[in-house]
Amino acid sequence: MGQPGYLLLEDGRQFGGDLIGAAGMALGEVVFNTSMTGYQEVLTDPSYAGQIVTMTYPLIGNYGVNAEDEESRRPQVAGFVVRELPPVYSNWRAETSLESYLERNGVTGLSGVDTRALTRHIRSAGAMRAGIAPATVPADELLARIHAHPRMEGLDLTCGVATAEPYEVAPVGPERFHVLSYDFGIKSTSLRLLAERGCRVTNVSGALAPEQLAERDPDGLFLSNGPGDPEAVGQALESIRHLASRGVPIFGICLGHQLLARAFGGRTYKLLYGHRGGNHPVLRREDGAVEITAQNHGFAVRGGEGDRVEGAPALRVTHVNLNDGTVEGLAHRELPVFSVQYHPEAAPGPHDSRYLFDRFVDAMRARRGES
Amino acid sequence: MPRRDDLRTILLLGSGPIVIGQACEFDYSGTQAVRALREEGYRVVLVNSNPATIMTDPELADRTYIEPITAEWVERIIERERPDALLPTMGGQTALNVALELYDAGILDKYGVELIGANARAIRMAEDREQFAAAMKRIGLNVPTGGFARSVEDALAIVETTGYPAIIRPSFTLGGSGGGIAYNLEEFKAQVRKGLDLSPIHEVLIDRSVIGWKEFELEVMRDGADNVVIVCSIENLDPMGVHTGDSITVAPAQTLSDVEYQRMRDAAIAIIREIGVEAGGCNVQFAVNPANGEMLVVEMNPRVSRSSALASKATGFPIARIGAKLAVGYRLNELPNDITKTTPASFEPVLDYVVVKFPRFAFEKFPTADPTLGVQMKAVGEVMAIGRTFKQAWQKGLRGLEIDRAGWQIGARPQDDGLPDDSIEALREALRRPTAERPFQLKRALEAGFTISELYELTAIDPWFLGQLAELVEAERTYQRLPHVGREELRRMKRLGFSDRMLAALRGETEREVRERRWALGVRPTYQMVDTCAGEFPAATPYLYSSYEEESEAPPSDRRKVVILGSGPNRIGQGIEFDYCCVQAALALREDGFETIMVNSNPETVSTDFDISDKLYFEPLTLEDVLEIVDRERPVGVIVQLGGQTPLKLAGPLAELGVPILGTTVDAIDRAEDRDRFAAVCRQIGATVPPNGIARSVEEAVAVAEEIGYPILVRPSYVLGGRAMEIVYDQLSLRDYFERAARVSPDHPVLIDRFLEDAFEADVDAVADGERAVIAGIMQHIEDAGVHSGDSACVLPPYLLKDHEVEEMRRLTHRFAAELGVVGLINVQYAVKDGVVYVLEVNPRASRTVPFVSKATGVPFARVAARVMAGRTLAELGVTAEPPVSGVAVKEAVFPFNKFDVDVILGPEMRSTGEVMGFDDSFGMSFAKAEISAGAPLPTEGTVCITVNDLDKPTVVPISRRFDDLGFRILATAGTARYLRARGIPAETVYKVGEGRPNIVDLLINGEIQLLINTPLGKKSQFDDYAMRRGAIAYKVPYCTTMSAASAASDAVIALRSRRRAVKSLQERFGVPDARAASPLAAV
Repeated sequence: MGQPGYLLLEDGRQFGGDLIGAAGMALGEVVFNTSMTGYQEVLTDPSYAGQIVTMTYPLIGNYGVNAEDEESRRPQVAGFVVRELPPVYSNWRAETSLESYLERNGVTGLSGVDTRALTRHIRSAGAMRAGIAPATVPADELLARIHAHPRMEGLDLTCGVATAEPYEVAPVGPERFHVLSYDFGIKSTSLRLLAERGCRVTNVSGALAPEQLAERDPDGLFLSNGPGDPEAVGQALESIRHLASRGVPIFGICLGHQLLARAFGGRTYKLLYGHRGGNHPVLRREDGAVEITAQNHGFAVRGGEGDRVEGAPALRVTHVNLNDGTVEGLAHRELPVFSVQYHPEAAPGPHDSRYLFDRFVDAMRARRGES
Repeated sequence: MPRRDDLRTILLLGSGPIVIGQACEFDYSGTQAVRALREEGYRVVLVNSNPATIMTDPELADRTYIEPITAEWVERIIERERPDALLPTMGGQTALNVALELYDAGILDKYGVELIGANARAIRMAEDREQFAAAMKRIGLNVPTGGFARSVEDALAIVETTGYPAIIRPSFTLGGSGGGIAYNLEEFKAQVRKGLDLSPIHEVLIDRSVIGWKEFELEVMRDGADNVVIVCSIENLDPMGVHTGDSITVAPAQTLSDVEYQRMRDAAIAIIREIGVEAGGCNVQFAVNPANGEMLVVEMNPRVSRSSALASKATGFPIARIGAKLAVGYRLNELPNDITKTTPASFEPVLDYVVVKFPRFAFEKFPTADPTLGVQMKAVGEVMAIGRTFKQAWQKGLRGLEIDRAGWQIGARPQDDGLPDDSIEALREALRRPTAERPFQLKRALEAGFTISELYELTAIDPWFLGQLAELVEAERTYQRLPHVGREELRRMKRLGFSDRMLAALRGETEREVRERRWALGVRPTYQMVDTCAGEFPAATPYLYSSYEEESEAPPSDRRKVVILGSGPNRIGQGIEFDYCCVQAALALREDGFETIMVNSNPETVSTDFDISDKLYFEPLTLEDVLEIVDRERPVGVIVQLGGQTPLKLAGPLAELGVPILGTTVDAIDRAEDRDRFAAVCRQIGATVPPNGIARSVEEAVAVAEEIGYPILVRPSYVLGGRAMEIVYDQLSLRDYFERAARVSPDHPVLIDRFLEDAFEADVDAVADGERAVIAGIMQHIEDAGVHSGDSACVLPPYLLKDHEVEEMRRLTHRFAAELGVVGLINVQYAVKDGVVYVLEVNPRASRTVPFVSKATGVPFARVAARVMAGRTLAELGVTAEPPVSGVAVKEAVFPFNKFDVDVILGPEMRSTGEVMGFDDSFGMSFAKAEISAGAPLPTEGTVCITVNDLDKPTVVPISRRFDDLGFRILATAGTARYLRARGIPAETVYKVGEGRPNIVDLLINGEIQLLINTPLGKKSQFDDYAMRRGAIAYKVPYCTTMSAASAASDAVIALRSRRRAVKSLQERFGVPDARAASPLAAV
């Protein structure tokens, strides 16, 4: 067993455990993820920047860690909380243990925690700021640090995880389309799925100006997922409107979806504890089909009557979360512009929604047919 | 797409008797399906031959037919009931096979019956391995390569390419019956021959051996709009090569990364679509190569299964219930998640706990059977445990198995763990071979310093699991060495799942000392909910398991509560009958306004369905686990008399700790069980018992036997299902018995009774309220005395007992009930010899026959008993007179002899796994139906082969004459033939085995014998007899091994020849109107 430590929530609730990973302290917003597999993808998902992630599945680390399942270059979470980290891992692809991976990558975590009690607490009290520290750190000291830490609301965290310099991803096979990808914290699986569909992807920071965008003359614009409060991200809205007005197909995911909504007048709000996991049922309104989706978001777009989006008459709601009725997908009423709140790239998660990448490609093809 | 309005009546097929590979999981599923369909307003017609099921409770379906589940008999039901649809996916392989047969014969077409849930094409594609392999190829998935053979020559050609070890699986058999692994040519040929014979279509599959690969299962559901969800993933701890039913399995999968899991999920979804299960569920099994992740599809079952029952209990997602609703048109998102009530069923459950299932075996009943686990299932039951971690669930599961281990605890002697001695070599050798004892061998190995990689080499069990086990061994060592056990140390061990009893053993303490210290230190379990969503949403249904976490959920209410203790894993002697009783009690007391709390650990059962009781604790039935629940819930009382021996054994210890026991007192139970006290009771009321004695040493036993006279019935005290009970005819055999079967010591006395040869036996069930007793039923055994009551066929009302004998039984039963102060159920076993009624046993608790009696009379005696225990009187309940039986009800036992290579002669040790009921207006027809349901239909013409011992020769004459009169050809072995011919019966002589060819076995193989009547001929010719009886089993020729069975068989044959074959529902027999029957107003 490691050194004793604890997790302290900003409301004073405390959970004991043993420190794992890198020595030190961790501060961030504590959230829970209900996926039973895919901890490595969760750790490296840039959307988790600034968050202490609790896995509700109690045994984390069973199959070790490998180089193939990284969603970005390094773990992005602020901290990691598990019920148990088994000392022996086993899988033919495993290269190292989760424990040493966390340590090597500077992630501080806590194991032995009653993660169910923690989850139930977050479920009723909401996602909130928290800190992990060794037992030797007095609670009042940790609490002071937690209170000094910024809240998630109003926080633009994209600059910390998005690419600083533009780079290109080559298509698999011959190039069919050129996609400009706005990187707010993109996951490698999204890039791979685009590349596999014949897209050359130029991945750029969301701070790129609209005219610079247009110069690149993309066949389509992809708006990636990312961390933080969508209300705090102002940069891309202008570009989205600009390209949309020119009839360029746009596909947004998660934060990208929220920004798309905002670009057309929609509003976002913070959910009590968000959706994080791989089992959320989403109704596709066009045909009534249900997709089991991977989700990771703490904010959502405000819906309206019927298929309307509050403040954004040009948009309609295409997908709805069957658990709580929140907006899960949007489309422009006229333009080839659409987005989903969930993660169709699904890494981790079920592959039910990968057809959306095909739709994006279809839209680009249709546009080319017209021009 | 909501509920279909074009259907009105739906026919549902059950799975028949409990057999190995098809147990009460289908009662659980079928019961859910019936309830789900009725709540939608459909008229449900149910067929099941198994009277011990909840589903055949006449209150459940609109029309309940306890009739044979064969195409012939189901057609009669279809003809009468004219269902619009048949739901074939709830009754296991039996229901699927019969549905297909009805479809192929054009009967479904003829009556316009639609198959719902899965259509004929899908069923066939999934079942027929050739079609299945082709389907998998179409969607780019691989199956273990190989091919189908219809002859040994075909098979040899296939094995040329696949190589050894090769797997041989006969097509269309239950639970992989007849399958095997062959390591060389000779074994291969033998296995193929056996498989071809067993397969109803004479086909075997030769598979590429994937022995040692990892094994996974996914439970999949699809609705009519093509929405698909995965309900649960399961990983087998035992690698490929051990049947899933015999494997320790874990949910969810532990060693797959998300990439690999999603690949499997994608495959499962593609499979359910390609096979074309339109609206329902299926189970898909995968094998994964541990070296490189190569994934093969092993099989797919387009129906509910053992695994789907486990998955339902493991996740809280009621697969059968949802499956039934999907079959009538609903979409997944139109149905609520029954646990949260607020979210829809179109989701995939997530667990925040670990579930471990252990199989329960019965090799002690079949000492000559091969205990190696392989592709043919051998387990008779299972236990499931839920823990926050694997280690917790592992320990809980092992203590829930009720095999005298307080958790993962090695036996006192190497022999207890399947080892010849305590050498490293023996251990290493044993570990290579999967057996029931392997978990304990693993522990011995870890204690002896084996490394994880060594153990992986020997067992192919994934290193992750071995690593978990190594942690437990390490924790024990640390705990043993502690100078002092404080709160933290104790809590750590409890979090690892150690029971108080195990902790006590580790430090030389008593369980009580550990418990008292633990309570003083405030280390108490917490109770967590199984909520389908890992805590993401509040759950409305209190389905709980214990752990040692920070907080408990589902706080106790202040209602009046009753705790019902279930019966744990099924085993021979304690199965579904007791679950039936517990469920009835829960339903009755719930109706009466009590909060009902069920405690059980068996995932197959109806009792562990979360909506049967108000609160469900999925926990092992040990003193510690039950005591914690009782201490938390503070019920008005605990019901211990309905779940068989498991709860009964807890009654004393619980009562001692001040727990109120409802109904008959613990002291009364003891008076019936304790030899001396029982003798006093009998003296008191003037009941005659066979001469008997008790012995605490071999010499004492010999002396007692001399005194009371041979033959004797000898058995260890306090046993279940006649364990190690034998009839002994002389001193030599008695000494041999102690060598072979049972220990005797001052602590382990044996009971010796005079065995009443040629006596008739009867079982009497009654219910009493402390004032009054009412006889529920008097069942006469068809087999002679000496056959365990659970193995003997029986008939209600008694057909050969004299009135005054029956009257005496009634009188004595009332006296026993009064003397013991029975409040609840009582069962008394009697024997009648030379006009004297002897009392053999008194059990002041629910007996195995309670459901049978309830089905025969229409009176739900277990419900009545529960209400009486809760304070009602029989008069209040209107149960004041012995109910009449409308017709003749015959119960027949079903044996696992096709799974175990053992002799089929019945004896005092119970070996049957299940039972069927034949219900008609005459004894002959009822017996005939029972035999059909038991899978041994009697012939109406052909040849009867008779070979009986000298004692039975006079008795067999009139039976033979009847068969002769009926036009049967009579064959007999030399002695019997001479005897019969001398009495005017034209018996032809046939060779015994070893006398020449063709002999009886040859004729059995050639299909030239339709019925075999054989009684044991004594020691000398035992081998011949054995070969002959095994031949009958192997070639499915019905056989009788007692004269009374042969006589009953002749009655049945006469009935089959002369009477109209008719079916009648229970409701018609009991005069219950059909509320939803077609009427002009109801018709649309």
